[in-house]
Amino acid sequence: MDVRFSAEQRALRDSVVQVVDHLGPRTVAQLDDRERAAKLDAAVAAAGWRELRTAADDGAPWSTAVEAGIVAEELARGLADVSFLGPSLAADLRRLAGAPASVAPDTVAFASDLGGPTRGDDGPVAVDTAGIATALVIVPAAGGYTLAAVDIPDGGGGVDLTRPTVPVAASMARPTPVATDATIDDEDLTRWTALGLALTCADLVGAMRGATELTVTYASEREQFGTPVGSFQAVQHLLADAAVHTEGSRTAALHAAWAADALPPADALAAAAEAKAYCARAARAVCEIAIQVHGGIGNTWECMAHVFLRRAVLSTDLFGGIGTNLARVLEHHGIGHLGDGGADGLR
Amino acid sequence: MDFGDSPDEHEFRLRFRAWVEDNNPHLGPSSASDEYWEAQPVWHRSLYDAGYFGLAWPEQYGGHGLPSVYDVILDEELADAGAPPRPHLGYLVQGILRHGSEVIKQRFLPRLISGEDRWCQGFSEPGAGSDLASLRTRAERDGDEYVINGRKIWTSNSDVAHWCFLLARTDFDVAKHKGLSVFALAMDQPGVEQRPLKMINGTTREFGEVVFDGARVPAENMIGAPGEGWPLAMTILSHEREPHELGFAGRYRKTAKQLTAIVHQDPTRFDHEQRRDLAWAIVEANMLQRHVSRRLSDRLDGITHGPEGSIDKLLMTWVEQAVGHAALSIGGVPHEGGDASWLNVYLYSRAQSVMGGTAQIQRNLVATRVLGLPS
Repeated sequence: MDVRFSAEQRALRDSVVQVVDHLGPRTVAQLDDRERAAKLDAAVAAAGWRELRTAADDGAPWSTAVEAGIVAEELARGLADVSFLGPSLAADLRRLAGAPASVAPDTVAFASDLGGPTRGDDGPVAVDTAGIATALVIVPAAGGYTLAAVDIPDGGGGVDLTRPTVPVAASMARPTPVATDATIDDEDLTRWTALGLALTCADLVGAMRGATELTVTYASEREQFGTPVGSFQAVQHLLADAAVHTEGSRTAALHAAWAADALPPADALAAAAEAKAYCARAARAVCEIAIQVHGGIGNTWECMAHVFLRRAVLSTDLFGGIGTNLARVLEHHGIGHLGDGGADGLR
Repeated sequence: MDFGDSPDEHEFRLRFRAWVEDNNPHLGPSSASDEYWEAQPVWHRSLYDAGYFGLAWPEQYGGHGLPSVYDVILDEELADAGAPPRPHLGYLVQGILRHGSEVIKQRFLPRLISGEDRWCQGFSEPGAGSDLASLRTRAERDGDEYVINGRKIWTSNSDVAHWCFLLARTDFDVAKHKGLSVFALAMDQPGVEQRPLKMINGTTREFGEVVFDGARVPAENMIGAPGEGWPLAMTILSHEREPHELGFAGRYRKTAKQLTAIVHQDPTRFDHEQRRDLAWAIVEANMLQRHVSRRLSDRLDGITHGPEGSIDKLLMTWVEQAVGHAALSIGGVPHEGGDASWLNVYLYSRAQSVMGGTAQIQRNLVATRVLGLPS
């Protein structure tokens, strides 16, 4: 047991930090700076981070979910308005299906509540679509599943100002088959879901860190009653709680990322579900603290605090939030699907 | 980055698992009854005699000199077997290791670690809780001895202790933090009177109140230098705030596991809110166990405990109280009489946000020392 990052993992983290600090948005207004966003996208593309989950010669991914999680966390911390999660999940699906890596990055189409990949007529939306033209759809096939691609229309919006979602229902009638060498089975999908949960957890941890840093800086500068508001215990205790939420989440997310590749699929999913429930609850608390400590300005569009909260809402909903994942935890312990609440009554 | 076992670690895990299977004392819910506390010395000796206690402490004092991660394996296996957690006296060991002279270490550590000598910790006083440095228990020099007068409270295990790890004022003319010293004081003497404190869960065997009325302690029993009491107390408290040093993650996982088993027996008895409470207990307890692995791995880089120990103390508190809520929710309340164990587990959990430094003091420390907010 040695839960430290390797030298390579630390170097990866440092390089993501460098890119995000240099090219990420520092203000809400900068989210509209297309030239900056294009430079950020080019830097991420050049670094190859979106290909971490593509297949090496032996079919295993080039990098583990731990490396992908490192990138996800630091991108979220800097509110990077660039696609990563969607292309990483799409790359992993292609790998599982024995499909060639995509020339241009693609993403994945989810059901409208984002709780899982679309099954067709559930109001499908492509997620994390910045600079992306196609979304993968998981299609039932003999003995499992295969892949198809659908076009993503122009536009995009949604809750997260850094990662657009786009409805793709209109394109679903014209799917393009994806050439595959293998069939995706249920165990593959379980492991892929664990990967998705782990990466959303890493994203939530990054959002928590970024929101806390933003708020500590503000509370140290903003003065009322002739002194920085961060010197008041009432404010200090809110931020201390934010730090505790963040550290616990970081542990859970790191474990989930490790488990996604290292444990059997069912155990990987349980670890990821535990982490997701924990991180989702924590991220909402931390982002709400960020808004509260910013006071009036925290409730205005121009303050970055709500951009973190919005990012956290999207990451929470992807692959299910607290209720869905607590139900997964109980199911793993053999006490799911109980009582009077129907299938997964916690949702 | 690897949460899994190395081959050596795996071998140790299997060996210990087999031992626990044969030696689990099956004590019932942790910390919930006097019987539980009374059985602790025997459990301590049992672990020690089999070579499973003090894994990470130096061999010359009765430890095993293993990396700290072996304690994680121990905690996990104890929890999975439903066995009691390991005795939590690591913070006293760390205090003596860090501040005691070689003579003091040789004299006290082996019997502390083996469980032959029981110790209590005399820090808090009726008038000195969060403001510990204001304590008033006096230690006045009289020849080769110090004479102790004062009163301690929340003194863990004072009823069975042979020795008290006593923090007292030796210098009355300096700032309050500077005039304190620590002694190893023999409890069995005329000037020491101990009486139990009854806790809100009814237990009387964990905490006590100790009155010193002219008790005597040889000057050679001072641990650290005169006036070193405050830094020594801070060493102890910072370790007392570390989930790893306490082994509590195992206790929480054991409780969550026992509650899960209760739901298994008759699932129809439990509604969504109860199952939700249980799910949170599982999530929180597992998180803490992994957090301990993370912190111990940091230690391999030589990173020792700093102010982030207060983050861990708060995390541990949130976990214990979430598990406590699940115990109340799933275990239930015996309104018609009967077994109050789970109610008592819940009630005991309220102490975690006070003992070892209140949650409010921890938040002050996190805000100013970790986050760097202005004070």
